[in-house]
Amino acid sequence: MIELEGYGWRHAGRRAWAVRGLDLRIERGERVLLLGPSGAGKSTLLHALAGLLPQDSGEAEGTIRIAAGRAGTRPVPAVGIVFQDPQSQLVMSRAGDEVAFGLENLGRPPEQIWPRVDEVLDRVGFPYPRDRATDALSGGEQQRLVLAGALAPAPELLLLDEPTANLDPAGAALVRQALRDAVGADTTVVLVEHRIAEVLELVTRVVVLEPGGGVREDIPPHLLTGPLGAELAAAGVWVPGHPAAARRAAGPPGEVLLSTHDLRVRHLAYPDTTLYAGQALAVTGPNGSGKSTLALALGGLLAPASGEVRGPDGPPHRWRARTLAGRIGSVFQNPEQQFVTASVRDELALGGTPPGRIDELLTRLRLDHLAGANPFTLSGGEARRLSVATALAARPRLLILDEPTFGQDRRTWLELVDLLAGLRDDGHGIVTVTHDPDVVDTLADRVLRLEAAP
Amino acid sequence: MTGPVAVTARPTRSGAPLARRTPVAKIVALALFTTAALLTRDVAALGFALAVTFLAAPLFGITPWGLLRRGWPALLGAGTVVLSLALFAADRSGTVLFAAGPLVITTTVLLNALSLALRLLAIALPSVLVFSTTDPTDLADSLIQHARVSPRFAIGALAAFRLVGLLGDEWQMIAMARRARGIDAGRNPLRWLRLFASTAFGLLVGAIRRGTRLAVAMDARGFDAGLPRTVARPMPWQAADWLLVAAGAALAAAIQLIAHR
Repeated sequence: MIELEGYGWRHAGRRAWAVRGLDLRIERGERVLLLGPSGAGKSTLLHALAGLLPQDSGEAEGTIRIAAGRAGTRPVPAVGIVFQDPQSQLVMSRAGDEVAFGLENLGRPPEQIWPRVDEVLDRVGFPYPRDRATDALSGGEQQRLVLAGALAPAPELLLLDEPTANLDPAGAALVRQALRDAVGADTTVVLVEHRIAEVLELVTRVVVLEPGGGVREDIPPHLLTGPLGAELAAAGVWVPGHPAAARRAAGPPGEVLLSTHDLRVRHLAYPDTTLYAGQALAVTGPNGSGKSTLALALGGLLAPASGEVRGPDGPPHRWRARTLAGRIGSVFQNPEQQFVTASVRDELALGGTPPGRIDELLTRLRLDHLAGANPFTLSGGEARRLSVATALAARPRLLILDEPTFGQDRRTWLELVDLLAGLRDDGHGIVTVTHDPDVVDTLADRVLRLEAAP
Repeated sequence: MTGPVAVTARPTRSGAPLARRTPVAKIVALALFTTAALLTRDVAALGFALAVTFLAAPLFGITPWGLLRRGWPALLGAGTVVLSLALFAADRSGTVLFAAGPLVITTTVLLNALSLALRLLAIALPSVLVFSTTDPTDLADSLIQHARVSPRFAIGALAAFRLVGLLGDEWQMIAMARRARGIDAGRNPLRWLRLFASTAFGLLVGAIRRGTRLAVAMDARGFDAGLPRTVARPMPWQAADWLLVAAGAALAAAIQLIAHR
């Protein structure tokens, strides 16, 4: 079904090849998990398989062949693809129209479209009627809808590019359930995912890409343990059975940095809590429980509706921005929203950071070789490190992070947890909003669990 | 993060007799009607156009009062026109009605101001009627089926419109991110302007990146791949649609007849 011989692709304007020297054969109906550390070219390979690399956007070598084997099928698109972020994949404003969109594009007869839409929505377990507004769905529901849209034309090849990376555990479970139930036995699946423990049962084969080129391992899923597992874990791949070492606080918590009293923000009420220097607090809870909103209120970025956030000099949301940045550093879920300038160095210099401090941060967060790079061209892990560095620039005592480990590979994840643990042991207060149970297990000294709003 | 919040109230589908007419029929009737209003300065003709608009509002499922509420920017504009013409009009001929120092209000001033304000309302309020009762998806479908607009444009614009709804949230996030970095304008208007510009630039960069990702996702689903596209929501053009267009033409003619009486 898929044949790659010495395949390589280099994006226009880049010196390094994204993938190179790839020999791979995938038969019809196989379920392949594609692994490899960040930068091994997994996403590029999926784009190539989906025919989404236009010839003028780079340089190819070797051959890539996708056989349209099933009799009577058209050449496009025998391939369906699901990306990470549901918000930038949804085209239409009503759920049924979204699934019908792909069928219209392929010129399916109108009388066949709606029965097929209903069938696919049912198969992925979509719980609402067809006219449900796509904006009113949770992330997990949206991603199930995206999957339904990809499955509607009955593709022979289904490509999944970290389909659960942006979702909370409940949403990710919904999508995995839909994959289990909805994908037909003769559909070939190629999946890229960092968190593999949960998806191993869905695949029949694991292919590990070598950064720099070629296939490193090509094995059945159950062999992904033992020495090979340890080796892959060291190389940045999430392998089940290799938990990170816990990093508990070295000493007792220090002085109070912030406290909340009868706090309400927007329409949500929060339990009273106190943040201490030298302590890491994890804020957990399902989607919609207001974790991010709490982070913004603690960070002095949102005014409370009632009650208060009490700092040493009054409520943080009344402080001037300059004062705020010197006391509380906020790291947003999406690093790109925080970037303002055209280079990593300028980004750190913003707000009057002295040059010595900039160099110190660049070295500490291993960004020194990227000082001149545009922040928007950084990889996921690099962008995350830069967003943490910018929050640290004005030396705040308290650091508030929203889902810092989302979509990170194991190496970046370990680095981040190490960095945060180190900051805590230096006397910083750390608050991290997280869905990630491993963050709670390894880093948190205290957990604040929010319940879903009634 | 916070859930997406639409910055504008999205039009909804309504069962009112004119609201559920084919969008292209509504727009053609609207174009005829407002063009006739645009071409006249006659107060009686414009008054007639406005009266028709308010009388037709219930047929679109909107009460006259609801129309005033939705059309408040137009009302504000009309008020501003009257005020500024009263203060700054060059032509102050006609009978003096009111004089206080340099401020001289004459019949001509008042009539000119009234005519301009009415014209603004006679164009804006019918447009509010039509567009607040037209679902964007229906509009795109109708443009493709009845006006031969290319799906590439109509569906592309529709998808972009969906992203616009997310911009309000994005703006708020970027503004908060700036504050977290220690950047605020305080009371300095120059810095406020610079901050506004850089926030807008951030918004633009984000919108382009998201738009690019959406375009790739649409390509992957065979959009504009050169196959003949079918229509999942066929929208028949009915006799009532012809009637609506004819009514628009008749009213346009009536406006012009009153103006040239």
